[in-house]
Amino acid sequence: MKFAVIVFPGSNCDTDMYHAVKDELGADVEYVWHDATDLNQFDGILLPGGFSYGDYLRSGAIAQFSNVMTEVVKAAREGKPVLGVCNGFQILLETGLLPGAMRRNESLKFICQPEELVVENATTIFTSQYEKGEAISVPVAHGEGNYYCDDETLEELKANNQIVFTYANNPNGSVENIAGITNKEGNVLGMMPHPERAVDELLGSKDGLKLFQSIVKSWREHYVAAT
Amino acid sequence: MSLQHEPTSSQIKEQKLYREMGLSDSEFELVEKIIGRSPNWTETGLFSVMWSEHCSYKNSKPVLSKFPTKGERVLQGPGEGAGIVDIGDGQAVVFKIESHNHPSAIEPYQGAATGVGGIIRDVFSMGARPIAMLNSLRFGELESPRVKYLFEQVVAGIAGYGNCIGIPTVGGEVQFDPSYEGNPLVNAMCVGLIDHKDIKKGQAKGAGNSVMYVGAKTGRDGIHGATFASEELSEASEEKRPAVQVGDPFMEKLLMEACLELIQNCDALVGIQDMGAAGLTSSSAEMASKAGMGIEMNLDLVPQRETGMTAYEMMLSESQERMLLVVEKGREHEVEKIFAKWDLDCVTVGTVIEEQVLRLTHQGDIVAEVPVDALAEDAPVYHKPSKEPAYYGEFQAQEDYIPEITSFKSTLLSLLEQPTIASKEWVYNQYDYMVRTNTVVAPGSDAAVVRIRGTKKALAMTTDCNSRYLYLDPEVGGMIAVAEAARNLVCSGAQPLAVTDCLNYGNPEKPEIFWQLEKSADGMSAACSKLATPVIGGNVSLYNETNGVAVYPTPVIGMVGLIEDTKHIVTQDFKQAGDIIYLIGESKAEFGGSELQKMKEGRIFGKAPHIDLEVEETRQRELLAAIQKGLIASAHDVAEGGLSVALAESVMDGKVGASVTLTDEPIGSLFGESQSRFLVTVKPENQDEFQQLVKDAKIIGFVRSESGLAIDNEQGEELLSCTLQEMQDAWKGAIPCLLTSKA
Repeated sequence: MKFAVIVFPGSNCDTDMYHAVKDELGADVEYVWHDATDLNQFDGILLPGGFSYGDYLRSGAIAQFSNVMTEVVKAAREGKPVLGVCNGFQILLETGLLPGAMRRNESLKFICQPEELVVENATTIFTSQYEKGEAISVPVAHGEGNYYCDDETLEELKANNQIVFTYANNPNGSVENIAGITNKEGNVLGMMPHPERAVDELLGSKDGLKLFQSIVKSWREHYVAAT
Repeated sequence: MSLQHEPTSSQIKEQKLYREMGLSDSEFELVEKIIGRSPNWTETGLFSVMWSEHCSYKNSKPVLSKFPTKGERVLQGPGEGAGIVDIGDGQAVVFKIESHNHPSAIEPYQGAATGVGGIIRDVFSMGARPIAMLNSLRFGELESPRVKYLFEQVVAGIAGYGNCIGIPTVGGEVQFDPSYEGNPLVNAMCVGLIDHKDIKKGQAKGAGNSVMYVGAKTGRDGIHGATFASEELSEASEEKRPAVQVGDPFMEKLLMEACLELIQNCDALVGIQDMGAAGLTSSSAEMASKAGMGIEMNLDLVPQRETGMTAYEMMLSESQERMLLVVEKGREHEVEKIFAKWDLDCVTVGTVIEEQVLRLTHQGDIVAEVPVDALAEDAPVYHKPSKEPAYYGEFQAQEDYIPEITSFKSTLLSLLEQPTIASKEWVYNQYDYMVRTNTVVAPGSDAAVVRIRGTKKALAMTTDCNSRYLYLDPEVGGMIAVAEAARNLVCSGAQPLAVTDCLNYGNPEKPEIFWQLEKSADGMSAACSKLATPVIGGNVSLYNETNGVAVYPTPVIGMVGLIEDTKHIVTQDFKQAGDIIYLIGESKAEFGGSELQKMKEGRIFGKAPHIDLEVEETRQRELLAAIQKGLIASAHDVAEGGLSVALAESVMDGKVGASVTLTDEPIGSLFGESQSRFLVTVKPENQDEFQQLVKDAKIIGFVRSESGLAIDNEQGEELLSCTLQEMQDAWKGAIPCLLTSKA
C-alpha cells in the first residue's frame, strides 16, 4: 500500500506524517506537492497539519483551491482512504468532503497538550484495530479546533455512526465533544488530534499507530478480496 | 519623504541632523574623516545603523572579548549568524539567542513574533534546519493591567509565529520582578541541526558574482529599528511604534524551505545572510567586508511593497522575511527556479566587486559610496568608565538575612504560588512544543530534550538566568547563571556543549551599569572555562531602562548539551515507591536574593549565594557519569525556593509522593538557595554503586506510593506535610489566577 502526504505551502506536520507511516508503520509513502494533478498511483491520501497558505482568511480556506484537491476529491469518490489531521481536517471541511465547520477554540488560545480520546466507532477502516469505547492518548495542537455543525447535521452524524473519536475532556468547545468524524461512506476521516504524533513510546504515546494499521489492514483485505 | 526633500550634506552637518539618527558629534567627524567628505542623507543613515550598539557592539566589545570562545567541538564561534558545535557523525548543532526587548515593550505581539522570526533566519542562513525554539522572558509583577497585557501578548506573539512556521517551542523561562515593569525582556533562541557539508557563511566572495534578493518585499517598516534598540525607553517611545516590524510566519516558512532546498541542492550558492537588524545595509556591508570585497547594488531592482521609496528608506528598512544571497555568475536561473516553486521574489540586485566599497545607485544616480569595512568593522570602540555602585558595598556589609518563619507548610505553599516558581503550563500549552515529533522531554522539566531522528542521540537545551543574584553580585551571579544552565542539562542526562548568551543590561554610559556588565562577564567567563562550555555567539541588548531605571543585569544563558543515547534521558519526576532520595551538596542558610526573601520582604538585599566552581564541576561530572551508567531514576537541580520547592516539583505529577527527614537546621535546609545542589532518586539496588560515584550525596528520604510530600526533622517531628491537591492548587493555579484577577 502506498500513501501520499499532500504538502501545501505552509504545511508543517508533513514530515511527522511521512515518518509515522514510513518508520513506524513501515509502509510506502511519498510527499506530493500541492500542484500535483495525478494521484492515481496512491492507495491512501494523507492531509497533514500545519498552516496551509498561512491559514490567512480562514483555516483551510485557500488550500481547498489547490490543484491537488480536485484529485483528492476524486480519490475520495473512488473510495480510497483519505485522512485529514488538524489543518487537513479543516481543509476537508472547507472542501465539503466532510460536513460542519471549525471555529476558534473556546479559550481563544492555541492549545497543545496530550488529550484523552474515546473511540466511538471501531468499525471504520481507520479504527478497526481499536475497541469501541477504548480510551487512547493522542495530542492536540490547534487554535481553531472547535468543531461546529447544526442540529440536523449532528443527527445525521449520529445516525450514520460518523462520529469516530470524542474528547474525554473537551479542550476546545467542540459540539458533542467531537474530535473526529468520517463522511457517510466512511472512507474520509477528519480529526483534530494528531495520531502521527502518537506512534512512538519515546515521545509519550503509541496509541495513534493502530489508526494507520487499521487503514493498511482494510486495504489488504479489500485488495486481497479484489484479486 | 521623496529624494528631493532630503537634507543636503551641509544641512546634515550644520544642523547636526545626524544626532537624530543616534550618531554623536565625534562619530560624525570620524565618518567625514573616513570618507574624506561630508556624508549625504543616505550615507549618514548607513553609518548610524551600522555604528549603533545593536550592530557594532561598540560599547560591549571590550567585555565580549573576555569570553572563552574556543573548544574542540566548536566549528563556528561568534561572528556569523549563529555558532556551530560538532556533535559527531558529520552532524553539528547550530544555535543562537537574540533579544527583541524594545519592540516588545511597544508592540508586544509583533515585537515577540518578529524576534522569533529573526532568530530562526539566523539559524537557517547557516544552512541548518531549525529544530527547536526556546525563550527567556522577564516582566514586571503580574499585577498591573499593562504588565498582564504585555505578558499575554508576548506569549501569543511567540506562539503565533512559532506554531505557524512549525518549529516546536520546547522550553524557556519566565520571571517576574518590578525592575522589568516598563522594559520587559523578550529573548528568543533557535536551535538547528546541520550536516557539516552544508555549512554556509555570509560571505560575498568572487568578483562578478551576483547579489540576489529573496523573500518578502521591502516596505517602510522598521526603519531605524537597530537605532531604536540602542536607546532608553521613555514616554516618547510610543512614537517609535513604526520602528517595530510586522511578522509573516507563512512567508518565513516558505523562505526557510526555499533556502534549505537551495543550500542542500545547489552549489551555485556562495554566501547567504539574513536581512535582520539594519536590513539590506548590514547584510550587504557585512558579507562584502567578511570576504574582503565590495558590492554594487541597483536599488531600482529591490522588490518594493510601497511606491516612492527612497534609497535611505530601502537601506534602513527592517521589513521581515528577507535574505541576501551571493550566487555564482551565470547560474542565477538555478536559484530563481527554486524560489519560483515557493512563489517567492528572487531578483538579482547587484554584483560583487573588487573595490571594497558599498556603491548604491537609485534612479540613475549614485546615492551612496562608502567603504564596506568602515560600515562593518570601523565603528569606534568605547571603553566606558566603570564604577562600583554604592548599593554593592552596602549589600556586602550586611549581616546574613535569616527569614522568620511560623509555618513551614504555608511558606512552601506560598512559594509555589510565586509566579516565578509557579507552573508555566498556561504559557507553554500555547506553544506547539511537539511538531516535528522529536520532543522527548516537553517544557516544564529542567531542560527540554529533542531526539535526533535516525540516530540514538538527543540534544538537551535550556535558557537560564537568575538576575536577582546578578543584581546583588554580578560576578557571582554570572557564575551561577552559567552553572545553573549546565546543571539543568546534566540533570537531563546531557553533556553541556556550549553557550549562547543574551546580555540584557541598562544604559552602559552609566558607570555603575557598565560595572555590572564587566563583572558579570568575568563571572560568566570563569564558569564557561571551568565547565568547558565556550560562548559561540549571542547578542547584546543595552539601554534596557525606563525613565532612567535599569533592569536587573540579565545575561540569559542559552545552553545546549549532547545526550549520546536516548536511554540516558532523565526527568525530574520521582519514579517509583521505594527509590532512595538523595541530596547532592550542602544546604546553608543562604537567603540573599532568594525567592523567600523577595516574598517576605518585597525586595532583595545582602549577598548572593556562594558558589565554588571546582565543586560545581566535580558534582556535575560525577552525576552525569552516574546517569550514563543508568543509576539515576530522577534528577532535578535545586534552585529558586530551595529544597522544599524542588521536592514538591518532583512529586507534582501525583504518581508517587515523598517522605523526607532533614537533620540540619530547617529554615536553611528547606528554603535556602545554596548552589551546586541536586535532588536525585536511586533504586535501592543501585545504591552502593551510586554512592561510590557521587561523593557529596546524602540520603534524605524515600519515594512513597502515597502522593504528597512529608518532611520531618531528625526527632521525627513533622516540619511540614502537604497533600498533592494543596501543592497543585498553589502551583498550577497561580498564574491563571493572577491573570484573571482585577488589578
